Amino acid sequence: MSAITCPECEAQVELEAGTEVGEILVCSDCGVDLEVIALEPAAVQLAPMEQEDWGE
Amino acid sequence: MQRRLKIGVLYSRVRVEEKWIFAAMEKRGIDYERLDDRAISFDLENPEPWRAFDAVLERSISYTSGLYALRLLNSFGVPTVNTALVAEICGDKVTTSAMLAQASVPQPRNVVAFTPEAALEAIEVFGYPVVLKPVVGSWGRLLAKINDKDAAEAVLEHKATLGSVQHSVFYIQEFIEKPGRDIRAIVIGDRVLTAMYRKSEHWITNTARGGEGELCPITPEIEEICLKATAAVGGGVLAVDLIEHTERGYLVNEINHTMEFHTMQPVSGIDIAGEIIEYVINVAKVKMQNAE
Repeated sequence: MSAITCPECEAQVELEAGTEVGEILVCSDCGVDLEVIALEPAAVQLAPMEQEDWGE
Repeated sequence: MQRRLKIGVLYSRVRVEEKWIFAAMEKRGIDYERLDDRAISFDLENPEPWRAFDAVLERSISYTSGLYALRLLNSFGVPTVNTALVAEICGDKVTTSAMLAQASVPQPRNVVAFTPEAALEAIEVFGYPVVLKPVVGSWGRLLAKINDKDAAEAVLEHKATLGSVQHSVFYIQEFIEKPGRDIRAIVIGDRVLTAMYRKSEHWITNTARGGEGELCPITPEIEEICLKATAAVGGGVLAVDLIEHTERGYLVNEINHTMEFHTMQPVSGIDIAGEIIEYVINVAKVKMQNAE
């Protein structure tokens, strides 16, 4: 299982098996939304903030 | 020998729904491509790359990106689920309500105005409380329950001053006292697949705002109104939100065209992702057969 460093608070966040590129994780320490941008090696960036036209 | 279908899935982020959809594609051995709506572009003079798809499933988190992609794909002759027309209707509450009214589908009473003054006049006719909703929006965002004239004047002024021009399309709806819940039904084609009560103490019952799900039996009345409602907006893969009125029965609150189902799939035990894929495959096959 791989881990990433949260860009916001530098906490180590474990990626669960089956995590996919494009998935959103929540940092367990600071609660920020992170988007998985690469695997092997795993990399994340802050996820885009909710926009007014998002949804169903 | 029939060639293999090629399906595109337009997405913004991989939510649990997209994971299930991709898994359902892979399980069926479908040749599919993930299309990140933040990375793609459409060259209007070169539609051929897009025409390689027999169908595209739209799963954008952005209504705007998704809608424009659907419009372009449909203009290129690429079938989509849902169609651009269905997305246009369902993504805008005014258009949805207009189509439902045209088809005599029961819904809450709605009035539309374009200035705070005209909106206030309409609200005063409704009486209080009354509900204001943005015409484009989801997840229970920016809904206002207006309890008196002071609140009406303030909210109307804030929307007109602080919002985009679209916030000056005032969609005013009667307030209906719900029995602590509303109903979400999944309709694919001409089948009502499953339905769920969304329970909440709050008047906004979206699960995005904390509403809890519980299976709802599909009665003949629920089936009838759901099929009538989805037919009124063009049909496809849709989620119909119903309100239970104590005297008027079921009323259609809204219809969602890029539905989330991370609660409904486990609550119902139904493979909603699989059902969506089967629908998309059928749409693609029709296109392929027509082309031959």
